[in-house]
Order: sequence, then C-alpha cells, then structure tokens
Amino acid sequence: MTTLPLQGRPVDGSDDGSEVRPRKISRTPTGGDAVFAHGFRVIGASVLVITGGVGLFLGWQAFPTLRRYGWSFFTESQWLPEADIIGISAVLLGTLQIALVAMFIAFPLALLTALYISEYAPAGIKATLVSLVDLMAAIPSIVYGLWGFFLVMPHAAELALWLQRNFGWIPIFDVKDADPNAALWDASRYTASAFCAGIAVAMMVLPMSCAVMRQVFSQTPPGEKEAALALGATRWGMIRAVVLPFGRGGIIGGTMLGLGRALGETIAVLLIISPAFDLKVRPLEIGTNSVSALIAGRFGDASASQLSALLAAGFVLFLITLAVNTLAAIVVNRSRSGAGTDA
Amino acid sequence: MTIETTTAVTRGTVLPTYDDDAPQPVPRATLGRPTLDERFVRWGAWASALGLAWVVTQRLLPMPGLAWLLVTWFALGLVVTAVLSVMSGPAVEMRDRLASAVITGGALVVGVALVSTLVFIVLRGWRPLLHLNFFFDDMAGVGPKDPFDMGGIGHAIVGSVIELGIALLITLPLGIGTAVFMTEVGGRFARVVRTIVEAMTALPSIVAGLFVYTVVIVTLGYPRSGLAAALAIAVMMLPIIARAADVVLRVVPSGLREASLALGASRWRTVWHVVLPTARPGLATAVILGVARGVGETSPVLLTSGAAAFMVAGPTDGVMNSLPLYIYSTVRSGEPQAITRAFAAATVLLVLVLALFVTARLVARPQRTKARRRPVKES
Repeated sequence: MTTLPLQGRPVDGSDDGSEVRPRKISRTPTGGDAVFAHGFRVIGASVLVITGGVGLFLGWQAFPTLRRYGWSFFTESQWLPEADIIGISAVLLGTLQIALVAMFIAFPLALLTALYISEYAPAGIKATLVSLVDLMAAIPSIVYGLWGFFLVMPHAAELALWLQRNFGWIPIFDVKDADPNAALWDASRYTASAFCAGIAVAMMVLPMSCAVMRQVFSQTPPGEKEAALALGATRWGMIRAVVLPFGRGGIIGGTMLGLGRALGETIAVLLIISPAFDLKVRPLEIGTNSVSALIAGRFGDASASQLSALLAAGFVLFLITLAVNTLAAIVVNRSRSGAGTDA
Repeated sequence: MTIETTTAVTRGTVLPTYDDDAPQPVPRATLGRPTLDERFVRWGAWASALGLAWVVTQRLLPMPGLAWLLVTWFALGLVVTAVLSVMSGPAVEMRDRLASAVITGGALVVGVALVSTLVFIVLRGWRPLLHLNFFFDDMAGVGPKDPFDMGGIGHAIVGSVIELGIALLITLPLGIGTAVFMTEVGGRFARVVRTIVEAMTALPSIVAGLFVYTVVIVTLGYPRSGLAAALAIAVMMLPIIARAADVVLRVVPSGLREASLALGASRWRTVWHVVLPTARPGLATAVILGVARGVGETSPVLLTSGAAAFMVAGPTDGVMNSLPLYIYSTVRSGEPQAITRAFAAATVLLVLVLALFVTARLVARPQRTKARRRPVKES
C-alpha cells in the first residue's frame, strides 16, 4: 500500500514534470499497521468488556436489593436473611474502624520510613532498603494474618488493657463489661477486636504508602535541596522546607491508596476478628466485622436473594475503594510532586 | 558593615579587619563528619538513656517487661539527646538531632516488624519441612493429629501452580496487549479503557471472588474447581498487570520510537523490535510482581475452589486446594499439630514469593553496558 514518490516525478504518470505534489500523509494506518492497530483495539475492547463487565454486573445485581430494602440497607445494622432484615451499617462501620486503626498506625511509620530511606539512609544500603519495602508489599496477606493472630494479638490485648486503664474516660478507648483494674484481667474481652485486626492490616498497607511517599520524595529537585543546605539549613530544616512541601501530594495520595487497600482487606481480618453486628465505636473491644469478612463468612449458605444482597454489599465496598483511589490519583496528579523541574 | 565597604570602594581595596577579642567562630556541628567528641555524645546519650530506662522501669516503677523498657529507652533517649545538644549548640541543632532520631526510630520499628514476621513464621513452621514427604504427599487420610512424617502439601503446591498457570495464560496476553493498546495505539477509546482499568484495580479481591462464584458456580451451575479459582485470580490480576505494564511502557523514551519510525519501520515493527525489547525487564517485573500478588491472595480462592485434601491435577475435576487456602483452612482447625503444618506451608509460600521477588529484581536489573558493546554475531 505504501507508495514511494520518486524524486521530482509525479507518480501518476503525467510527464510534464512541472507539478511536484507532496507525498500524501495519512494518519489512518494502512496495511500491517491497520491489522496491528485494530488487533490491539480488539484486545483493549475485550479487557474493557471483562473489567467493566464486572463492575456493571455488580451494579446490576445490587439493584434489586437496593430497591427492596431501600435506604434501610445502609442504616440497618443486623444481617438476618431469615428474618428478612439486611443492612450493612454495622459492617461498614467495622470496615471503617479497622481501616482507620490501620492508617493511624501505618501513616506515621510509612512517612518516617520513607523519609529515612530517601534522606537519612547511607547511600550503600538505600537500594536494599527500597527492595525490602517492596518485598514487604509482596508478602501474602495470610502471612500477616498469622503474624497478627499468633504473635501480636496477646501483646495487643495487653496494650488495649493499658489504654483502657489510662484513657478509658475517652469513649473510643472504653471496653464494655470489663474492669481494667480487676486483679485477674479478662483477656478474652480485649482480643479479636478491630484494634488487633487493624495492626495486621497496617502491616499490609504500610509498604504501599511508604513506596509511594518514597518515590515522590526521591523526585524532589536536588537543586532546591542543595539551595536549602547552602543557606545554612540543617538536614531536618531542609526536609521541612523542601522535601515535605514538595512531597505533600505524594503523602496524601500514598495514604489514601493505603486506605483503599485497607478497606478491601479480607483474609487477615477474617482470621483475627470474631464477627459481631453491633453498631459501636469501641475498637479495643472484642467483636467487629467488615464487609469483606461478611462476604467470606456468608457466601456459602446464601440463597439467590442473599447472594444478591452480598453482591450489593460488595458493590458498596467497591464504590468506596474506587472513590478513595480516584481521589488519591487526583491528589497525586494535581500536586507539584512528580512534575519535572529543571532546577 | 555594608556602608563601610561602599565607602571603601571609593578609596580602593581595604582588607577586612578581624576583631581579635571575638571568640573563634565555631562551625555547625551538623556539617561534615562528626568528630570523635560528637560521636561520643551521640552514642553516650543513648547509652545513658538505656541505663536510666532500666532503673526507671525495672527498679523504680512497676513496669516490667521488654516492651516498657524499649519504649522508655526511646523516650529518655530523645530527652537526653535534646538536653545534650542544647548544652552545646543552638536549638536548630537540637531539632535536627531529635528529627533524625525519630525518623531512624520509625524506620527501625518497621524493620523489626518485617523481620519479626519472617522469623516468627519460619520458627513456628520449620519442623515439618525436615520431612521430605511434606512437599510431595497430600493430606488424604491424614488426621490433624498425625505426625509430620505423614501427609504433606503436595496437592496444595500443585493446585497453586495450576491455578496461577491458567490465570497467567489469560492475563499475560490480555494485560500486556491492553497496555500496548493504551500506549502505542492511543486515541479516545484508549483513554476510556485506561480509565476503566485503573478504576478496576480498586476492586477488592473478595468481590472478584464473589463475582466468579455468582457467575460460574451459581448461575452457570459448574461445580467448584481449580478453573473457577483461576478465573477469579485472573479477574483480580488483569487490571493490576495491565496497569503496571502501562506504566512501564509509558516510560520508554519516545525518542526511540521516533527514531524507529523515521527509519521507515512500520508501527507494528516499532512496537515489536523497539518498544517491547526496551521495556522487557520492566514488563517482566510487572508480571512477576502480579504473580506474587496472585499466589498469596486467599479470598478469591476461598470462594471458588473449595479445599480438597487430596491431589487434583485437572483444573475442571472439582475441588482443588492451593497454598493460601490450605493455610487458612488448617489454621482454622485449631489443632496445634495442624497449626504447625499451616506455618510450614506459610514458610513454603514465603519462600515461593521471595524467589519470585528475587527473580523480578534480577530481571529488572539494568544490563551492563559491556554486554551491549560486543559484536552482534558472537554466539
């Protein structure tokens, strides 16, 4: 199909030679390129159909449930399909609590680790530390679940007892039906809580947030850092004046990406918590639930309508994580972080 | 000072005079290498804080245990460091030292948590690994209390490999093909695809599992099988791999593409001979990390495959076990012997992920320039 024009001679055979037309340039692909473009367009379309289909299917399946239960689907706390009472307010609250506990632990640690790797670590071990953080992200969640359940939970219960004893007057540190000053403390009231699950989930989201933050910190223009140092700033002064303002978008975005992961985490939560459908904000107390744990626990004996309800719960969870992730992407993209500077 | 120099300019060059009585200027302690003196102060602060913490927690106050000692040590270390640096320098320096102590401490906590995870899993699970049958046998007819020289996780390893193999067979061409479409073909439709793919990376893995469970098992009526689990893993992995490959392809320098097109290559040849080879290490990393994510994901498998205690080699032959599912169901049994088996399986899973991870790092390592300078027709 490609026509090569000869120099100074029109290809259409007219011999007068006075008329030299420029080569016809077309943006539409021809020949093999057309096959290439259309073939890959088909692949892209099929992936669009598959992934978009999942989202559409979820929404379509969720619709009858939402129509049947209406607004009470979001306000009802119990999940009793036999009594036709279905609502996700308790599990949503539990999901949020676990995720917030996880972010409360993971955010400062991720920030400090990212700062250490990008600013303080000796140059020789920097690459190793970066790979270690990536490795931490690759460790399966069931492993963190085992770690949280067998190693951390007893200590977390002691910490919870201490928190209740000293800060019990703050409502969120209260544990009902347990006396913190009893001679023999009732350990079972403090285990299997949103707090314990949050610690395990924190280990999962920490490397994700840390990787994003470190990436952004490492893109800080060296000229600005050197300028701060040349003006007499200490290392911390340089970090506060240059690195942190530059990386603010990355800090927020990384945290929100971690939050999105924390909301959807299943297996570590399922392993640690003991399910409860109470509408309460006492993360130290035994018993909580999350949307994903609800799905994993109830799918087996679900009838068609119950399955639709579970899909609706999953759809709501998906929408929340999607909103959080989209917001994170917007924050990262709109900040100065990542934009190249010539300084 | 400035007025003096401007008037001095009119008169000619005047050398600055030093005040002989003024104290010697002291350079910032944070500049350059710390002297022996400063190093002694820095380490001494932490040593004294350790002693102080021991006295406070173990002798004065009823705060037994290692945890209190460490927490108090860190807090007292910050205090002693602050006091010592205020005694010798300005407040700016104190803040700098405190910040560096806090940041290093935070990184140490994370490191300790990571190491404790790895060590704890291996310490609890090394015993069954000494028996070779643990890697090759299945759990058919083996009770939870049976000794470790009976039974094993061979069926779970085979199941994991089969499920991941099928998932990879689906996601690899589709994921990389989509990435090529998004970066190389482009257009408005590609932007739509990119938006949807990025949105679907937010899909929680349990919802992917529930989707396949509803469609394949409930609606279409197929039994639980390895194939269904592979589909669930594929649904979860596809957006992840497509997005990671997209990021990798986007950083291929456009100069390379333009050079190839300028030399007269068609777009397909440019992609096949220039873009993909350039991005090969990055693509391999994206795929391997996606596999590492997929192999450890329990929730989609939990819903779709069903845990078998025996070896199943056919993906459509009904229930099939896999490593994460085996760990989860065995831990739930509560029997100490079985829990040890679960930890051993977790160790195998960890080693598997670690091996994949190291492979990804080795593949992604930039090739040495020496190799490129060799003549083409050498081998």
